[in-house]
Amino acid sequence: MVVPSDNHEPRIVGFLCNWCAYQGADLAGTSRMAYTPNVRIVRVMCTGRIDPTFVLKAFSSGADGVIIAGCHPGDCHYSEGNYKTTRRIAFLRKLLAQMGIDGERFRLEWVSAGEGAKWAQIADEMSAAIKEKGPLAWRENLKEA
Amino acid sequence: MSKPKLALYWAASCGGCEIAVVRLYAKILDVADFFDIVFWPCIMDFKYKDVEALPDKSIDLCLFNGAIRNSEQEHMAHLLREKSKVLVAYGTCAYMGGIPGLANVANREAIFERVYHETPSTVNADSVRPQVRYQVPEGELTLPVFYDTVRTLAQVVPVEYFVPGCPPVKEQTEAVLQAVMEGRLPPPGSVVGASDKTVCDDCIRIKEEKRVSSFYRPYEIIPDPSRCLLEQGIICAGPATRGGCGAPCLSVNMPCRGCYGPPPNVVDQGGKLLSALASIIDSQDPDEIERVADAIPDLLGICYLFGLPASLLRRVRQDRKAFPAGVTGELAREQGDVAVMTQRAP
Amino acid sequence: MPEGKSDVKIGVYICHCGSNIAGTVDVEEVTGFAQEQGSVAVARNYKFMCSEPGQALIKQDIEELGLDGVVVAACSPRMHEPTFRRVCEAAGLNPYRLDMCNIREQCSWVHKNGATEKAKALISAAISRARYLEPLERREVPVVPAALVVGGGIAGIQAALKVADAGRKVYLVEREPSIGGHMIQLDKTFPTLDCSACILTPKMAAVKAHPNIELMTYSEVVDVQGYVGNFKVTIRRKPRYVDESLCTGCGICWEKCPWKAESEFDCGLGQRKAIYTPFPQAVPNVPVIDPEHCVYILRDGKCGACLKFCEREAIDFNQTEKMVEVEVGAIIVATGYDVFDPSAITRLGYERFPNVITSLEFERLCNATGPTGGHIVVNGQEPKSVGIIHCVGSRDRKYHEYCSRVCCMYALKFAHLIREKIEGANVYQFYIDMRCFGKGFEEFYQRAGTEGVTFIRGRPAQVTDLAISEEEQGKLVVVCENTLVGAVMRVPVDMVILCPAMEPRADARDVARLFNLSQSADGFLLERHAKLEPVATASDGVFIVGCVQGPKDIPDTVAQALAGAAEALALIDKGSVELEAATAVVDEAACSGCKICIPLCPYSAITFNEAEKRALINEALCKGCGVCVAACPAAAIVARHFTDQQILAEVEALLVDARPAPAEV
Repeated sequence: MVVPSDNHEPRIVGFLCNWCAYQGADLAGTSRMAYTPNVRIVRVMCTGRIDPTFVLKAFSSGADGVIIAGCHPGDCHYSEGNYKTTRRIAFLRKLLAQMGIDGERFRLEWVSAGEGAKWAQIADEMSAAIKEKGPLAWRENLKEA
Repeated sequence: MSKPKLALYWAASCGGCEIAVVRLYAKILDVADFFDIVFWPCIMDFKYKDVEALPDKSIDLCLFNGAIRNSEQEHMAHLLREKSKVLVAYGTCAYMGGIPGLANVANREAIFERVYHETPSTVNADSVRPQVRYQVPEGELTLPVFYDTVRTLAQVVPVEYFVPGCPPVKEQTEAVLQAVMEGRLPPPGSVVGASDKTVCDDCIRIKEEKRVSSFYRPYEIIPDPSRCLLEQGIICAGPATRGGCGAPCLSVNMPCRGCYGPPPNVVDQGGKLLSALASIIDSQDPDEIERVADAIPDLLGICYLFGLPASLLRRVRQDRKAFPAGVTGELAREQGDVAVMTQRAP
Repeated sequence: MPEGKSDVKIGVYICHCGSNIAGTVDVEEVTGFAQEQGSVAVARNYKFMCSEPGQALIKQDIEELGLDGVVVAACSPRMHEPTFRRVCEAAGLNPYRLDMCNIREQCSWVHKNGATEKAKALISAAISRARYLEPLERREVPVVPAALVVGGGIAGIQAALKVADAGRKVYLVEREPSIGGHMIQLDKTFPTLDCSACILTPKMAAVKAHPNIELMTYSEVVDVQGYVGNFKVTIRRKPRYVDESLCTGCGICWEKCPWKAESEFDCGLGQRKAIYTPFPQAVPNVPVIDPEHCVYILRDGKCGACLKFCEREAIDFNQTEKMVEVEVGAIIVATGYDVFDPSAITRLGYERFPNVITSLEFERLCNATGPTGGHIVVNGQEPKSVGIIHCVGSRDRKYHEYCSRVCCMYALKFAHLIREKIEGANVYQFYIDMRCFGKGFEEFYQRAGTEGVTFIRGRPAQVTDLAISEEEQGKLVVVCENTLVGAVMRVPVDMVILCPAMEPRADARDVARLFNLSQSADGFLLERHAKLEPVATASDGVFIVGCVQGPKDIPDTVAQALAGAAEALALIDKGSVELEAATAVVDEAACSGCKICIPLCPYSAITFNEAEKRALINEALCKGCGVCVAACPAAAIVARHFTDQQILAEVEALLVDARPAPAEV
């Protein structure tokens, strides 16, 4: 039985691409960099795989924040996937703003396979920023007053 | 042998789905012939107590259109579910929330404030609001509770079939009723009266590879009538919309708005449409992409015109600090069960 | 809890990884949690899941319990996914029914608190995904029995020779007019003091003579298409303006050429002609004409000395650039390194003083084929004292944090050579540490140390010509704290040699993109695994060898070159390669022919069937990135092994503790 957390530590879902960001996060691990446990990672082969539906699913399932991390522009393992991601995220960000989910809860970052420290820093920063904002608690949002 | 019983009800709807059934023209006589119509408040003077009097599961087919906006509609959804063997969410409002579902960008407080206060032509110095219960010398008057969030029928009660469309086109309504009359329905849970492909399959325009540098509103350009509208920069929800309607909008140079809901494998129609629109932008430059995105004034309206309540997020975030629960205390839900407006005889 | 197929039986295996995981994550608690999840037939934990007994546990459960899916919660899938896939395969379960859950690199190793709760969430997600995983078949494609080697330094030369000796065709592409790289610029090599040219030129000649090697110098790779086993490479052959098939290398053209330019090969310390070979032992021994200094080219036909004197009529000013396409099964990237430019560190005086030089420049002075004929001369005079400054740009947070590995050893070599060539010369080594780790290195250090060299442990603050005493007049003064003595010293010398960092090439990023490789944080190209796969890369079929992967000396470079050759040969000799099975496929019943997907594919893997009005994906070209899948508004393209259903289930389960069990609102 998993007990829901009482101390409002944010739950952030991270979608990381296999070739750059996921490896970068692994590097943070092999380098034993300590950072917040609040980001939980879903591995995809390329950020170009990320359907906006996944992000909506994360928020509607209780995530307080979502981060997408992929290869730097020009370095995509599949050539251009991250450019498509940029386009989709630009649109998704506008939609989320209209839905009342503000930009701080949704980040797009470029993390290369060698940037373990950057990943750890991003995770910590985002967790701190969202903790300050408070939980999103989307299911509460659906309840009647 | 008694005829199968048919019921039709309208919840939060415009009445178009009622018209859609009537629009069977001569075929409506076949329907009236086959079925015993036990409840159709739009057309005839049926009362709720007529439904309550029926045995459970005695209505063979109930076509329920409209979304669930208030407690009366919720009550009727439950009631008709009890009394019906087969409950069909007929039309996009019942299936996905429909246009009334767009109210999920607001909530009760925001809507009431606007309607009963802010609108320029409203005079309401005493801030009078509708109330669930109100004492008058003659007794107590009641009104349904107006919910913060619009829901689809299936979010309230289990539903056997879904017929999409705003409204469902004549041919499909005919086909569905014919299938019922011949006992040929697919497994429960299915969407019927539609195809398993998208509107693109129905649309006869020529489709090429899509590379768009700008999106336009339909009045901003004169589109080539033979070519795909999306390619020409007019946002068309067709690729993200279930087909079977025959693409009537496209044939009069209007882009599809998505009223038939998502294609079979799609979980969130708006999310998929958004992804497709963004994917076809012909640019790698982040500033250019921002410009294109900014030129669309209401992305939410485009993506979720008909399906906001059925989407993953379902509604816009309510900021409880701005809309506190206690302000219109009279409108708060009763403890435990739903406060309901009925025409129960005293 | 997401609904899965109710009859799926999943085995969950949680690895302790010694104390790497178990030290931070409560593996027993997590095992208990896993056992409670729906569809889980068995949950176990074990010290080392990847070991033989660990693997046997999984194999046994698959066979005896008839498991449909396996979740291994352990290290990163990038580490052991292939291992556990093999286990499944051996036990008769399709390898794609395995889902690995990273609770080490992304959990136990980085979280002091909260690791156990996070592990539970991650495992819950992995189980949810595993419910929906489908069996997949890998396709085999034949491998083109040829290799491309990019870069003709010692690394490229050695790799090319080994592959060619095995009987396979090699294309060796080199950007400069001759092969040889940086090694041919060196004088003697440590620790044996072999003459660099003496050991390298026979290999260079062997390359030229080898029937299996097609040598393309003065050429560059400009495009790479295809996939492992089947690469199509476009090579730009720059115009030499000399016909290689006619030229005998007699040299009359460069003798007669009246136009001079700075010699790149001599680091600008000497000159060459407008028509030139970079050095006398160039391979091929065919000159090129430099269009920026050739007067015939610059002034439309004025001059023409070479034309006049060439007896073979090999000069051809009508030559143009040519694009050549080759097909290979494996690519070895050996593009080497650049030398850090010390002018950035102004206090060392590199730009200001002509007698402050870099190690590479010193190699040219020392080399008999160099601008001074091998005499160490500065301002026309032999230096009687030389200061050698280590770690210029290396071990320096402002420039490169890494150690360049070779400098301590060549600094010792320089000391030896200077004292050999200039009798009684004094050599001062300004060092931080002496790194003499290799075979014969420490012994060399001991010898160099007893040969009258002074070692001063400290980083020089500056090199100045401002004399404050008689003995400093006319000299360079190295000002340095001797940290072992605790005093600041001023050491007057006639010449200063800087040991600059070995850097990635200036165009390393372009090379990375060209071959679909990543760079490490330091800018060198990234190997697949720091310890176990030093020459393989994330791109199957592309290998990196030599200094392109990181600073190293000649023995290590040669070792890597041979390793790269072995990798290439293993690929070619196997004859076929298995393609990734996780590609995208169009659901024909759902595709309505909107054509949104088609221009999105970077590999042009999607075509359109006009007759049936639907898109079609070529499985051999598809690399499974999923861009088309995300774009398809009808969800008519399925990303095998990363389906919407699998990912959505994963996301929902990942948030298992973020809210109470949902009741429909």
